Amino acid sequence: MDQRSSNLLDEALGLDCQTDRWALAGRVVAIEDSVETSGSFILHQLVKRALAPNSSTVVLFIAFAQPFSHYDRILRKLGCNLAAQRVNNRFFFFDKLTLQCPDVDERNSPVSGLVALYGEIQETIYGLPEVSRKNVTIIIDDLSIVEVAANGSSDYVLDFLHYCHTLTSEFDCTLITLNHEDIYSSTEKPAFLLQTEYLADILIKAEPLATGLATDVHGQLTVLNKGFNHGQMNSRNKIRNFHFRVKENMVEYFYPGSRN
Amino acid sequence: MAESVCRTLRDGGLEGEHAPALTIKDSIASPFGFDVFCHVLTQLSSFILAGKSQSRGLVLVAFCRSPSFYADLLKSKGIDVNSSNKWVRILDCYTDPLGWKFRLMGVGNLRDLSCEASSTGILCKDVKDTNKLYSSIIELGKGLVAEAKSRFSVAIDSVDQMLRHASMSSVAGLFSNLRSHGQVSNVFWLLHSDLHEVRVTASLEYMSSMVASVEPLQQLTNGQRDDSDKASLTEQNLKKGKFHVRFKRRNGRVRVMLEEFHIEQSGISFKSASSEEVTNQGLLPKVQFSLQLSEKEQIDRSNVVLPFEHQGNGKPIQIYDGRNSLMEGKHETTSVSAGNSETNEGSGGGEIIYYRDSDDEMPDSDEDPDDDLDI
Repeated sequence: MDQRSSNLLDEALGLDCQTDRWALAGRVVAIEDSVETSGSFILHQLVKRALAPNSSTVVLFIAFAQPFSHYDRILRKLGCNLAAQRVNNRFFFFDKLTLQCPDVDERNSPVSGLVALYGEIQETIYGLPEVSRKNVTIIIDDLSIVEVAANGSSDYVLDFLHYCHTLTSEFDCTLITLNHEDIYSSTEKPAFLLQTEYLADILIKAEPLATGLATDVHGQLTVLNKGFNHGQMNSRNKIRNFHFRVKENMVEYFYPGSRN
Repeated sequence: MAESVCRTLRDGGLEGEHAPALTIKDSIASPFGFDVFCHVLTQLSSFILAGKSQSRGLVLVAFCRSPSFYADLLKSKGIDVNSSNKWVRILDCYTDPLGWKFRLMGVGNLRDLSCEASSTGILCKDVKDTNKLYSSIIELGKGLVAEAKSRFSVAIDSVDQMLRHASMSSVAGLFSNLRSHGQVSNVFWLLHSDLHEVRVTASLEYMSSMVASVEPLQQLTNGQRDDSDKASLTEQNLKKGKFHVRFKRRNGRVRVMLEEFHIEQSGISFKSASSEEVTNQGLLPKVQFSLQLSEKEQIDRSNVVLPFEHQGNGKPIQIYDGRNSLMEGKHETTSVSAGNSETNEGSGGGEIIYYRDSDDEMPDSDEDPDDDLDI
């Protein structure tokens, strides 16, 4: 590992323990952010953690928001070479920026849309060496754009998420999603957002400070660990709240009032 | 009370009567409905295995968890899963609910799935067809119980998933058919109330003989903007909450009970509500004025003399009703002491026999006192 010390986010997610097994195996992590406080940095941090030298995790990155060059540039600054990991078959990038889903009638067709995407994901996992199949992390960036690609059908997106969820139970995959809370906050019943919250074992919310903008503190993270997993009860039903500041090549996490 | 709920399901329904149905509902503020569902599932499974319940088997319709999850769950609770094929069947609506994997295999986009050829269930590849779901449940149930008159239980782990794929009317029709099937002993299901319109939740509640609500101990309000307050309230709501159960009895009466639940490492546990105030807060409507009486107000109320109440000298009281001719023959009689009635001793004309309601009648005083016994 290039950094021996763990940070508050690692502790909240159980990634600070020195174990062979990826602490998030078999779990669903939902990240919610807003325009005022972007949560993309959390995705970048998790990619970096998953691709750490002493880890054997394989990352399947389903990109609807940005091209590969964007993530490559950012992760380089964090000390992670995505291009090299791609060559090593530890990082698989699914470029879905231009994905267009078919109409309702053909939605379940296996050759297009989200069904075909699911097929690609499962085929990629099956193509991995046996030892890697149990160490897969699927990251989706981000769900609101998936909904746009699905012509506004949140049900279709939820179906896709359900099938990705079956991978967590079949292969112990980790599923990490990013969604924008403020897109749905104005609707009467934000069912789509609630569905993803119910699905999640760990919910990470990136929010602005209640006191408004600040130069030293970019926002706060609330990590809610609520998974029903009777094998891992240590961190169950815990909630942690701390502040963060995103810098050029790292992110600082600190408890409120403890910053120098 | 959770134990009452499980006992009611265990006892099942009478001949010719709809099977008892339980709705477990929660919301994102206290998302522990699934914990309650699993608790009821394991309790009922224990009763079935011990031969103590009306049902001889259980059909589990799994939408949100895999069959292997439930096998692990039962095993972790000490329930023998080796003999599970004798008493449980799983309708697997989780693995491939819309047939995507099946279709992908068909065009060669997926290799053969390593699906277990399970002796304990059926894989459902089209959850939109509620008629097919119903017939699959009945087929599995009949396959479980040897005799035609034996009954089985049905558990559905997510009505929300059903409602995403089928209309409310077809889901309601499925539940209604299950309840009225002669071999179904009881049915229970889980619903996240905040995912649906009020009418949907209400429809399911009307169809249920028991409604168990999982609620937060304290509601977050818009006024609590302070982050630390919100975090501590949310953390408290993550560890415990209120378990509110409404029973619809055969005679039409509705009984309401309230408990606290706690989420522990071993699972969910239930205990009596911690204080009278918690009980009252659970039952009284939330309004901006006090509906309860203080002690002084209770004393004052008990000292109020009601117009038709006997004053204690044994003679009837003449009450002037505003008319000039107050006939002696028209007397009004009263009764004394709470809860009892006495007829007036001799008067010529009509009588009014007044049965005084006791102000302090206990809520369940007229119910069968042996009702809670586990005979």
